[in-house]
Amino acid sequence: MDLAVLWFWIVGALFIGYFILDGFDFGVGISLPFLGKKDSERRVLINTIGPVWDLNETWVIVAGACLFAAFPEWYATLFAGFYLPLFLILIALILRGVSFEYRHQRKHESWKRAFDTMIFVGSVVPALLWGVAFANVVRGVPLNEKFDYVGGFWNLLNPYALLGGITTLLLFFLSGLYFILLKTDGELHARAQKLAVKVGIITIVVAASFLVWTIIMSEFKLATIVCSAIAAVALIGAVALNYLRKEGLSFAAVAVTVAAAVLTLFVTLFPNVMPSTIDPATNSLTIENASSSAYTLEFMTWVAVIALPLILLYQGWTYWVFRKRITHATIEAAAH
Amino acid sequence: MNEILDPLILSRWQFGLTTVYHFLFVPLTIGLATTVAIFQTAWYRTGKVHYLQLTQFFGKIFMINFAMGVVTGIVQEFQFGMNWSTYSRFVGDVFGAPLALEGLLAFFFEATFIGVWIFGWNKLSPKLHLASIWCVAFATALSAYFIIAANAFMQNPVGYQINAEKGRAELTSIGDLLTNPVALAAFPHTIAACFMVSAGLIVAVAAYHLSRNQHLDTMRPALKFGLWTMLGAGAATMFFGDQLSLAMVATQPMKMAAAEALYNTATGADASFSIFTFGTPDGQHELFSIRVPYLLSLLSTHSFDGTVEGIRELQAAYSTKFGPGTYSPTIWITYWAFRWMIGLGLYHMLVAAVGLFVTRKGRSPKRWVWRVAIWSFPASLLAMSVGWVFTEMGRQPWIVFGLLKTEDAVSPELTGVQVLISLIGFTIVYGALAVVEFGLIKKAAVAGPAPVETADDGSDTPVPTATVY
Repeated sequence: MDLAVLWFWIVGALFIGYFILDGFDFGVGISLPFLGKKDSERRVLINTIGPVWDLNETWVIVAGACLFAAFPEWYATLFAGFYLPLFLILIALILRGVSFEYRHQRKHESWKRAFDTMIFVGSVVPALLWGVAFANVVRGVPLNEKFDYVGGFWNLLNPYALLGGITTLLLFFLSGLYFILLKTDGELHARAQKLAVKVGIITIVVAASFLVWTIIMSEFKLATIVCSAIAAVALIGAVALNYLRKEGLSFAAVAVTVAAAVLTLFVTLFPNVMPSTIDPATNSLTIENASSSAYTLEFMTWVAVIALPLILLYQGWTYWVFRKRITHATIEAAAH
Repeated sequence: MNEILDPLILSRWQFGLTTVYHFLFVPLTIGLATTVAIFQTAWYRTGKVHYLQLTQFFGKIFMINFAMGVVTGIVQEFQFGMNWSTYSRFVGDVFGAPLALEGLLAFFFEATFIGVWIFGWNKLSPKLHLASIWCVAFATALSAYFIIAANAFMQNPVGYQINAEKGRAELTSIGDLLTNPVALAAFPHTIAACFMVSAGLIVAVAAYHLSRNQHLDTMRPALKFGLWTMLGAGAATMFFGDQLSLAMVATQPMKMAAAEALYNTATGADASFSIFTFGTPDGQHELFSIRVPYLLSLLSTHSFDGTVEGIRELQAAYSTKFGPGTYSPTIWITYWAFRWMIGLGLYHMLVAAVGLFVTRKGRSPKRWVWRVAIWSFPASLLAMSVGWVFTEMGRQPWIVFGLLKTEDAVSPELTGVQVLISLIGFTIVYGALAVVEFGLIKKAAVAGPAPVETADDGSDTPVPTATVY
């Protein structure tokens, strides 16, 4: 296989990893005002992702760096073109990241409240805007003959992209709720279960509309239909399994949903990486015209082939180390 | 063009601001990771309680600091594409590789084991838990290597060829890229400086408590450790800084000329180094200066009769080679940044040496001595920042030396309003977080090490407390 094509799928896999992992982090953050009635409950919620949010967020740094190295043109067009949404995502990620570390450093109620709000906003904004950004990439954006984005900010807020954003927001919220179900117990757990049922049904409706729209836009491309179908079945399965209180399986199924949904976008895109709405034949970025040289790709392939299995191994081990549920007792036994 | 809304100028301000800010946290992360690992190793091997207290105490400061390093680091990676897309298209084939290596080999490792270390106190065996902080320390240094190798390409491009058809630089040798002589000197220089910063923090905190006669059992060894680290790291920073200036003279002679504001080529005794200069506002004529003869020759060539090229000669040579244009950086910035960097570095070694002398055999110095020690921490951060300002401003007008100018590298369709929005946004958020961050680190530092809890079984075995958010 052509190495550039291989890297298209590696970049896709890294974004899938990012959206599965940071997706449930975002979901936990979004759930704070809905589930955390008391401070101790909000602490339990935050501690469910305490040891892993940083490594989950690192996936986007690695995905971005690999995009830069393997497809400099794609990286340049995407990041310069989507300047303001990415700026908002950055501010959100900054506020969210420091809040985890800062909120427990002082006992004042107003101090904690401020950081709870920042965690919530810092989770909603990227969960929404990543969907908007990726939907726009698939839909196509106006690029000039130098592959520079010329559409302005408001052009990015079209109905299809906004639906994509709401889809990722809901999907991440749902996967966060399923993660909370795996990691908590008692009253909080019961509340999360109730909310998960409701959010599950809304997510099915919204995600299905987005996938159908994507299928139509792809002019009924077979791969798009297949991946969309997998995403839809997995999502319905996840909601059903959650209803049957199969916590592990429902979380696994929602992870499959996220993976299949992101894959839907990548297979729809293929072999383009950023189709242009102006002169698509000449102005579109493709795997071929956006990729790095054969030498760079070959070297990078060696690194990725060796490193990625090890990365999955030690990150998996971390989740195993912190597999226990977080309870009020865990929080109170600690020093802070 | 309206200068206030020039995307180039605004983007440069934004990159400078966010990068200097990011690098206030990075040196502490790098330096403290190893420091904490050393304290924890000492506890593991000796079982002495004060080592555990020091581990957890500086571990807490490390944790407050590291989150800022992580989140401000994402901005750095995104900005290359957001504000400098022409640069990204031009160098991505070369420059992207070390960034991807950093991510795949270092960042994942660091982020994973930081979580394991913070939350794993009572979940892992002591040996495995100790190993996790060493993993973090190793990964921070490794990531510094890749990013410095990427930066070194901008200072001294190697291992590439120009693909005229695609209009970009393409990697031809990853080995050459990663063994760039500038990187080989800049890496140990930077790492040693990181240890100066972390030692500065330790000395400042220990001085604060010792001047109040409190936490003596932990802070006395901490002070000693901090002062020796400061002295050793200072010497190493100077040694590798000297190596780096040799590499700089060989690859970017204009930067050395700008560092000394040397307008005309000079040899031997004339290649003097000015400690202080007061010149005309345009910086071209000096009115008063204190000069050390031969020193610039020594710094640049390691000999007394070396020749150091001047700005005018280099400007003429570059104009012939690259076409008309200005090829010198802003001289007053490079001149003063270079002096502040060296001056503060020497100041630290002096503080460390004097500190070791006045506290020998448990002596306690006067109060103002402790004050000086406390200020060595902000001074070390300042030294680090002016060092980076020097090396990056000294590279101008180039973004990649000899290949691409900064003015040609900015994203073509970016508007001034967009950059103004993000610049204001970053300034407000970074400013507010700096206040919070400083307050939290100060609070943790002033509180001092917490007493260690002992096991429930009635024995005196110390038990590390678990961390939760």
